[in-house]
Amino acid sequence: MKTDALIAMLAQGPVAVRPRAVGRRLLSAIAIGVALASVVMLATLHLRADLATAVHAPMFWLKLAVPVVVAALAVVAVRRLARPGGGAGPVLAIGAVLFVVLAVSAIADVVIAPASERAALVLGKTALPCVVLVAALSLPALVAIFVALRSLAPTRLTAAGAAAGALAGGLGAAVYAWHCNEMTLPFVAVWYVLGMAIPAALGALLGGRWLHWS
Amino acid sequence: MEDVEEALRAALLLALAGDNDAYAVFLTRSGVHLRSYFRRRLVAFPNDVEDLVQETLLAVHNRRHTFEPAARLLPWLYAIARYKLIDLLRAQSPRHAVEVPLDDNEGIAELVPADASPAECQRDLAKLIDTLPDRYRLPIVLVKLEGRSVAEAAQATGMSEPAVKIGIHRGLKKLATLASKRR
Repeated sequence: MKTDALIAMLAQGPVAVRPRAVGRRLLSAIAIGVALASVVMLATLHLRADLATAVHAPMFWLKLAVPVVVAALAVVAVRRLARPGGGAGPVLAIGAVLFVVLAVSAIADVVIAPASERAALVLGKTALPCVVLVAALSLPALVAIFVALRSLAPTRLTAAGAAAGALAGGLGAAVYAWHCNEMTLPFVAVWYVLGMAIPAALGALLGGRWLHWS
Repeated sequence: MEDVEEALRAALLLALAGDNDAYAVFLTRSGVHLRSYFRRRLVAFPNDVEDLVQETLLAVHNRRHTFEPAARLLPWLYAIARYKLIDLLRAQSPRHAVEVPLDDNEGIAELVPADASPAECQRDLAKLIDTLPDRYRLPIVLVKLEGRSVAEAAQATGMSEPAVKIGIHRGLKKLATLASKRR
């Protein structure tokens, strides 16, 4: 087939597309991921028993805000990386600054606390389940976002995979926060961040192969 | 340079709103620029140039929904071209890859000696279309090659209209995959 014939073929028939395809597809993926993770969380882990009182504590909302901010930054990066030639832009730098703020606040909390309470402040009672469950709850979103990205056109596949993973991690951790009883910032700064880093690393690892399109 | 950007962008925006003639203009002019882009970078493989032009046009078509109307067009177009080029070079031996300059300043330098004359292509997309399953092949042949409407194609094949549209869409994606695998 000559190139002219190919062009004639491609230009024949319906060529219009619905606008804002990237945003719509990512939004659907996020909705599916959050919905599935929420169902799993509500059915198997359950909401924390003291939720009614916990919502009056600022720490509850701060714990939720950390993954929500991660997800918000990551969604900006994913949107950009989903298009040919798109890079993450300033998202990584903003994320790094916010992480430093979080780390400094957490370290300050530990330093201020009496020596006997420091370990408990960081380790809490559910460190390991937190990491594992945040990563697990992020999986539905990770799959959904990867499916969406495969219908788009990322050209930096590892970066797109990492951003997709970070987005999924933020969503998974935001769902997990409704179950989690821990109420200290150092705990969030270590174990939530670690839990979100797992899907981000997984996304980076799988991006090169799974996000490849032709 | 700016008028190329503006002209191509305007044509694509019209096309995305459903203007077939503007789309043909867009693809033809893009093909000219893509040809000189690839010819310049594939000095060692002149026979691959036209295949890569076609693969890129197919990719541009299949991924046209990823063009952001407010963004610049040429960086988008050349990002797809570059992605296709890297795919080709990966498939070739890595020994050759180093001979090909991969720079980031595309979009400006490439526009100067526009190369309109297509060389012969190696892979025949028409033959690849024949290998597609009926649910993809028939919609493509009827609507895209014979110029019938989606409704007519639906009637002729007994498929529903959405199924015809999906068949075209998936078939062209499948075609892109087949084309890039056949090297």
